[in-house]
Amino acid sequence: MRTFLLVTTFIGVIGLAFWAYQENFKTQQSIAEVKKLQRQIGKAAARLNVLKAEWAYLNRPDRLRELAELNFDRLGLLPFSPEQYGRIDQVAYPPVESATPLKILNAVDVSNLKVTP
Amino acid sequence: MIRTPLRPLARILAARSKGENPETIERENIRQRHEKMRDKSRARAEGRLLVLSAIFVVAFGAIGVRMGAMANTEPAEPRAAASSAAILAQRADIIDREGRILATNLEVFSLYAQPPQMIDAERAARELARIFPDLDGERLLADFTGSRKFLWIRKKISPEQKQAVHEIGDPGLLFGPREMRLYPNGSLAAHILGGASFGREAVSGAEVIGVAGVERTFNDYLNDPAEEGKPLQLSIDLTIQSALERVLYGGMRLMNAKGAAAVLMDVKTGEVVAIASLPDFDPNDRPRPAVKGDPTDSPLFNRAVQGVYELGSVFKIFAVAQALDLGLVTPSTMINTRGPLKWGRFKIRDFHDYGAELTTSKVIVKSSNIGSARIAQMIGAERQQEFLGALGMLEATGLEITEARGGKPLKPSNWSELSTMTISYGHGLSTSPLHLAAGYAMIANGGTRIRPTILKQDGPQFGERLISEQTATAAREMLRLVVTEGTASLGGVPGYAVGGKTGTADKPRERGGGYYDDKVLATFASIFPAHDPKYVLVVTLDEPVETSGAKPRRTAGWTSVPIAAEIIQRVAPLLGMRPEVEPGQLAGITLTSN
Repeated sequence: MRTFLLVTTFIGVIGLAFWAYQENFKTQQSIAEVKKLQRQIGKAAARLNVLKAEWAYLNRPDRLRELAELNFDRLGLLPFSPEQYGRIDQVAYPPVESATPLKILNAVDVSNLKVTP
Repeated sequence: MIRTPLRPLARILAARSKGENPETIERENIRQRHEKMRDKSRARAEGRLLVLSAIFVVAFGAIGVRMGAMANTEPAEPRAAASSAAILAQRADIIDREGRILATNLEVFSLYAQPPQMIDAERAARELARIFPDLDGERLLADFTGSRKFLWIRKKISPEQKQAVHEIGDPGLLFGPREMRLYPNGSLAAHILGGASFGREAVSGAEVIGVAGVERTFNDYLNDPAEEGKPLQLSIDLTIQSALERVLYGGMRLMNAKGAAAVLMDVKTGEVVAIASLPDFDPNDRPRPAVKGDPTDSPLFNRAVQGVYELGSVFKIFAVAQALDLGLVTPSTMINTRGPLKWGRFKIRDFHDYGAELTTSKVIVKSSNIGSARIAQMIGAERQQEFLGALGMLEATGLEITEARGGKPLKPSNWSELSTMTISYGHGLSTSPLHLAAGYAMIANGGTRIRPTILKQDGPQFGERLISEQTATAAREMLRLVVTEGTASLGGVPGYAVGGKTGTADKPRERGGGYYDDKVLATFASIFPAHDPKYVLVVTLDEPVETSGAKPRRTAGWTSVPIAAEIIQRVAPLLGMRPEVEPGQLAGITLTSN
């Protein structure tokens, strides 16, 4: 009995040690992966930041105004003015798609019809 | 080991034959055996103690070494718990109210040299001077060949310049990463943003610090890693700021003014939607403060916030509003405007002679100095001072940019009755255009105090009430009349019912001794729409002169007012305001009975 207990305890200890070793290894691997991902996120964030800055630079009002002036012939863009506000009832209803007119089957020639008094 | 017997037979027999006691032999042997046993157990105990002490020494040694190691190493977060803080360890962005970027960071490089590591100092100096034309090759060579171990060459270089320097291929030329503050909109909103520069510098990085504007006020917030790069949102609207600056610049050129300022503010929340001061500068390349000449002529000077001026007749509405609120006058009370009004040696005159008397309403519409001085006399110095103090006209505005602290009003040291009279028409008390905008916002929102802010707000401010709702309405009606039939007739914008008051103040001479005859500060303070005001706009021109007529015209009605009207026309649709028909005045129906 005593020997059996000793042997099972020993095997148990070895088993736990093996498990702990594996877990430790997995954790370290995950940490390394997280670190790698974070580096990637950092790089992506830096790249995104540059793109955002570029977007803001390209969309600066001065440049847009110049572009609107350069392309005035094509686009005809003007500053937003109060007259451009409309009311909903100023918008025309879309024209109803008229049905194809019915064919006239029983046409009567009236050009030489005699008028009865 | 052979055990010694306790009673060895040979010795016992020998002792017996000699007649000795054989017990002594046994006792002697027992004693010797005990001694041996004792020695043995002592040796074992000593061994155990030794092992135990060795264990203790090793254990405490390990703890000691660990403690020493921890004390000597740089503290670091456990890796498993490391968040993305390292990524965002940079200065936060500044955005406008719609989330558009006003200031951000760009990764660039700095260039430094370590002359001891240089191989061909002469060539390096020559090539550097070629890449950066403003560097002096001779001086660089002197630095490289001298005793210096380290020198900065450039604080910020672009990727192209970095590549060019890289191609020199000298191991003594090194790069360090840098974060550069970038203002993508150039000079737009320059005075609000201020600018940034490098603080403490090292090879591996440099601290970015704000030097003016919101960059300086919120420096700690922007650099705080705990905020995780959360951007700072301002109340400024980029589009509106751009339109306002554009129109103001055009107006300043057209009216031959040397400077201009404009403030557009929400009357309920106190949010400054756009604020401009011209001339301005590019915060990406902030000029150095002028060391000579008038500092107020520098482009760095913020006329809208820092500059305190006697703003003139725009102040009349405060005197009238207070008198109305105190019940001293009604809009139709007749005020004596016979001039000139003499007070000691001092004479108060009107621009034109407006006859013997005018109604209170007409005093505002015609802008009579004498009329408002008479009203101020009714109010008295103490009450006027109290009212203007409650309105915030006697202290700095508290706008969250560094320069606002410099905009402290200049008030008379002795608030005499004469001061009361002159202050009622805007002389003797110098305030910034922003103070004025806050004052007009009070009238526009129905009588509660407004504290201007540059940060986006969630809802209206509920400041302390200074005048009653009815008084505010009456004052607004007068302001509307100024535009429809008074001095600001060029200020009408169809659909937006502009109301406002003009102010043309002679500029005081710098060295004292009265006022210039031909230099004025023309201001138009307006609210729109007058029947339900949403915004207040203050436009100030410094030394404008309008030369289309036979005589040069300098009054605000000819200079600031048309510019303000143009600004409102451009900006109001952008603010999402639909033009509307002003509710008509009720006809003066009198109830009679028969």
